[in-house]
Amino acid sequence: MTEPVPATPAPEKGVVEAIPTKPPRSQWAEIWSQLKAHKGAMAGAYLFIFIILGVLVGPLIWHVDPQFLPQGRDFINLRDTRPIYVALWDSGAKVNWAHPLGTDNLGRDTLARLMSGGRVSIAVGLTAMVLSILLGTLIGVIAGFFKRLDGPLMRLTDLFLALPLLPLILVASLLFREPLSNAFGTEGGIFILIVALIGITSWMQTARIVRGDVLALKEREFVLAARSVGTNSTQLMVRHLLPNVLSPIMVSATLGIATAIITESALSFLGFGFPPDFPTWGRLLNDSVDRMVLYPERVIWPGLLISLTVLSVNYLGDGLRDALDPRIRGR
Amino acid sequence: MLTFTIRRLVLAIPTLLFISLVIFLLLELAPGDPMAQVPLTVPPEVKEKMREALGLGQPWPIRYWKWIVQFFWIEPQVLIDYYLGTSFSADDLRVISWQTRSPVMDIVVQRLPQTLWVVGTAYVVGILIALPVGIYSAYRQYSWFDNAGTFITMVGFSVPPFFSGVLVIVIFAVQLGWFPSIYDTTHRVTDWDSFVVQLQQMIMPVMVLALQITSQISRFMRASMLDNLNQDYVRTARAKGLREKSVVLVHVLRNSMIPVVTVIALGIPSIFGGAIITEQVFKVNGIGQLLITAIQANDLPMVQTLTFIFAVLIVLFNLIADILYGILDPRIRYD
Repeated sequence: MTEPVPATPAPEKGVVEAIPTKPPRSQWAEIWSQLKAHKGAMAGAYLFIFIILGVLVGPLIWHVDPQFLPQGRDFINLRDTRPIYVALWDSGAKVNWAHPLGTDNLGRDTLARLMSGGRVSIAVGLTAMVLSILLGTLIGVIAGFFKRLDGPLMRLTDLFLALPLLPLILVASLLFREPLSNAFGTEGGIFILIVALIGITSWMQTARIVRGDVLALKEREFVLAARSVGTNSTQLMVRHLLPNVLSPIMVSATLGIATAIITESALSFLGFGFPPDFPTWGRLLNDSVDRMVLYPERVIWPGLLISLTVLSVNYLGDGLRDALDPRIRGR
Repeated sequence: MLTFTIRRLVLAIPTLLFISLVIFLLLELAPGDPMAQVPLTVPPEVKEKMREALGLGQPWPIRYWKWIVQFFWIEPQVLIDYYLGTSFSADDLRVISWQTRSPVMDIVVQRLPQTLWVVGTAYVVGILIALPVGIYSAYRQYSWFDNAGTFITMVGFSVPPFFSGVLVIVIFAVQLGWFPSIYDTTHRVTDWDSFVVQLQQMIMPVMVLALQITSQISRFMRASMLDNLNQDYVRTARAKGLREKSVVLVHVLRNSMIPVVTVIALGIPSIFGGAIITEQVFKVNGIGQLLITAIQANDLPMVQTLTFIFAVLIVLFNLIADILYGILDPRIRYD
């Protein structure tokens, strides 16, 4: 791991050697302290954790079924309730403390729907990111390690980069909708479909970065040392190469969550994502666009949540990149 | 340089053919039936005839070959005929849309100006804002301007166009009533007043697209300027007494523009792709909207042709970016 230190001339007598005051720290402690100093990254991390907690723990506190449809007279009374804050400037507005963020045109509670939608959106984002990172790392490490596979795998990566991805995702999301829905149920099938589509179309950058790093690492002495004690290729990749390319992978993983959430919302917005009775943030936004003149809050809340999640993840990724970059570290 | 360009152009042909095959095979799996809208009272043998009339009777390699011939051989002839008044393609069958039963390329040519106007203007506006912002934030790194710029570019990255678009509609079209929320493509610019109307309806889509473009390019510009500002040649330029203006705007800027120019070239096709959503939000009936309706209506020839046009744009601008890199940076030699 250590760089070969150029032979330094022995310190002359009389020159007092600097005595390290702080105990040496591990690489990860160093990165953590660097990350802590990055205000944007910490704010992003807290916001992201807050949103995740909100959508995970929120439904335990706010016991309203997002799919509950009021019947009969309740339907008339409860539908199209405005958020409670509207009463501040419009005293005649139809507000109800039982639904602080209002209800939709079928009387379903907006707050509960935002929470359950957020769960799906964030779950899609995280799963798709994991898939794309796994694919990208696998292809990158293999391409960098085995010279024979490098050419074909990198041409494959170039080909994927040359494909018009959004149109193809749209087409494919229509193609495989039926078979997957039949196999795994409507919601499960579409979840798998969308995660797979986003994962398969977003691994290329990771693969390129990982391949470049592996190519450079492969020539280092510690790899030679590991090989000389008889480590086989798999062990070499898993034990020696992977830990060293972890930092670029972590950065692309963080930024990948943001891309995946945006892609999922875009698909849902265009009507190619989850079915209408299965709310995600993009879907909620899409459903409310027709009524945004009368009920702008129904557009603004899901949109704001998507944007805030993506913004927080982007800031976190940005800070992580700075913290993991040894050239910037310590500045 | 010329041999490199020619070699890359030749290499682009198999790439494009392979991409078109991938798209074709993907669409081949499509479960949708173009006969689904035909009433049930139509007997099956008539349906079979109709299917053949759409060119569906043959196995897929033959249909793929026919599409290739139509796209690469017949359509260019149609173009030549249109401009020169010749009649090379008089009897040839063109790529026909299943939705409208008219040639796909005619519809694309009808839709293209709207997309190009909106997207092109947004791109130019975005670049014009991004470059000065990037230069100044790098020059005054960590100043309040830089911090504000970083925050705004982050927001521009993070707010998806389907939210920023809807938001500006709510603010400027609904609350303030300044601009129309729907882009009217039948509007003709004849005099000053109609020009103002055209400007008004273009402002919102251009604003939404330009925000995204600005945030991407200004970040690149800033990073590239920062890389160059610490170089030794900058110190040399200052040491020999050049004015600060010419150090930054001539020496540093020229070197920093090299990667930025290629990023600008690489971004053009993705802007066409990103415009799909913006066009949908503002109801611009451009190419993106055409693609969405074609996918929903199961119009496979249209989807195939449009997706392939996007692929051609990506490959083409990748090539242009590589060539630009070679021209602008004398250190890079492709041999």
